[in-house]
Amino acid sequence: MTTTTKFAEEAGTSPNTPVVHLDGVGKSYGNVHALRGVSLTVRQGEITCVLGDNGAGKSTLIKIIAGLHEHTDGTLSVNGEERRFSSPRESLDSGIATVYQDLALAPLMSVWRNFFLGNELTKRPFGRLDDRRMKRIADEELTKMGISIPNLEQPVGMLSGGQRQCIAIARAIYFGAKVLILDEPTAALGVKQSGVVLKYIVKARDAGLGVVFITHNPHHAYLVGNHFVVLKLGRVALDTHRADLTLSQLTNEMAGGSELEALSHELRGVDAGVVAEPHDRPGGI
Amino acid sequence: MASTLTAPTEVDDRVARRSLGARLLSRPEVGSLVGAGVILVFFLVMADPFRSASNIGTIVYQAALIGVMAVPVALLMIGGEFDLSAGVAVTTAGLTGGLFAYQFSVNVWVGVLVALVVALAVGAFNGWLLMRTGLPSFLVTLGTFFILQGLNLAITRLLSGAVSSNSIRDMDGFEQAKAVFASEFRIGSVNLKILVLWWILFVAVGSWVLLRTKVGNWIFAVGGDAAAARAVGVPVKRVKIGLFMAVGFFAWFSGMHLLFTQSSVQSGEGVGKEFIYIIAAVVGGCLLTGGYGSVVGSAIGALIFGMTQLGVVYAGWNADWFKAFLGVMLLLATIVNLIVKKRADLR
Repeated sequence: MTTTTKFAEEAGTSPNTPVVHLDGVGKSYGNVHALRGVSLTVRQGEITCVLGDNGAGKSTLIKIIAGLHEHTDGTLSVNGEERRFSSPRESLDSGIATVYQDLALAPLMSVWRNFFLGNELTKRPFGRLDDRRMKRIADEELTKMGISIPNLEQPVGMLSGGQRQCIAIARAIYFGAKVLILDEPTAALGVKQSGVVLKYIVKARDAGLGVVFITHNPHHAYLVGNHFVVLKLGRVALDTHRADLTLSQLTNEMAGGSELEALSHELRGVDAGVVAEPHDRPGGI
Repeated sequence: MASTLTAPTEVDDRVARRSLGARLLSRPEVGSLVGAGVILVFFLVMADPFRSASNIGTIVYQAALIGVMAVPVALLMIGGEFDLSAGVAVTTAGLTGGLFAYQFSVNVWVGVLVALVVALAVGAFNGWLLMRTGLPSFLVTLGTFFILQGLNLAITRLLSGAVSSNSIRDMDGFEQAKAVFASEFRIGSVNLKILVLWWILFVAVGSWVLLRTKVGNWIFAVGGDAAAARAVGVPVKRVKIGLFMAVGFFAWFSGMHLLFTQSSVQSGEGVGKEFIYIIAAVVGGCLLTGGYGSVVGSAIGALIFGMTQLGVVYAGWNADWFKAFLGVMLLLATIVNLIVKKRADLR
């Protein structure tokens, strides 16, 4: 695992400029508080990992930064200016690109059409699509990222999960994102494909982007992350820099930490190695 | 681990280049084109009058009556929605034009304009209500279908005291408007209605918009995955409402054709037509679930409809058979579509 140490060395401490800053952000749906008092700083050229179990509030957090939901408490500022996004377009326009779990790709549309969706290039007269230029750029950008897709007319739905993930990332980088939010990019992928995607995340960081990497896999996070935020039941449970954290601490935190300890007390009397005999009493379990 | 990552220069050899034939076969229209060919040959053999050149005009006119509306209906379906009110909206537009011009004794062009506003408003209302409530378009437009159907009958009876609008034949501007919407001309032995030319123009423009403009790209996207489209900044609401308004526009045009062909419009007309438009679009390769389809395909679908409708008559069969025939056509065409598409994707 030479790559691991390389990643680890590169991820040093750096006082880079913060791009997005959340201060005490919360979101309530009626009487349900999905997110409470979350503070988070995304810096240029850094990867901030947001970890948490299912229902910890990760998705709500992304949706607030991406402009799909408005926050109900606290402040969200971009480049030092307080903002409140009412649509994904506003978030995009201030340089925040989000790559969702479902990737925001239309499955029946071709690769190049998806690449430029929402940012189509046109030419005169009548503002028709400049399809030749779009195909060329899409091809160049994907090759630059090391993804080779021989037929750009292929519908995206026919590609593998890793390829789709990479198209979405390449698209976000090409359209000048300053902040890249990745929602569980490795969740549905195999080991090799996850490796490829992690490599692109590092490439995005090297390109000077601030990356927010949302995951529930501490191993993936620790491979690339500079800063770690663990969410639990809508609150920040851990907020620390790489230098002050080991992988086992992070894994332990994710696995439940103190809760797991309590559980192991409870289960102490249980012999985990035993195989139960089948009962043959009628109706009895 | 480094060895498992694909190097930038390495070419993925799992995907072979597809032949031109396979790529042609994967176009959405292909199934319908095959179907149209089969039906053409079938009726050429079965029905003598089908072979006479002078009947070509009648057949394409029959197709155009459906085809003009099939253009926006196909676009809307690619955009992921239905419009069940499309059929009666045509009647609404025609009645509005006729009744307004007659009741206020104004130039018929004023009626034509008022009808345009009403037709666009109906489309905008459908789209707005759909986006506002998030209900399926099937329900929303089923509602407007009944509303319009009822209003057509009730308001016509209220104003003209009959089941059709008053004749506007003698009014100012009628001849002019008829020339635009419902005139006729001859090429050789073929009598052609101007609607056929309009239809060809609409198909060309519709297809161009769909495949070669930003808006067309957005139509595919909102139908394929509306959430994804919204997330990358496509104005989903505006696109969908725009599509419903396009249906309104073409309903207006078709309504004007009706009005100026007869000089009056029957208030009960148009019921059931919405399904014919949808059939044309589906036969032409539009996916019911949205995100895939073609405008040219809808024209071929309309042509199949026209050929079948007149073919049954020309063959000397009882016209009662037509609907059954149409149902069989629909099933066959969609199955052929499915098979052709699967085959093409595998190649």
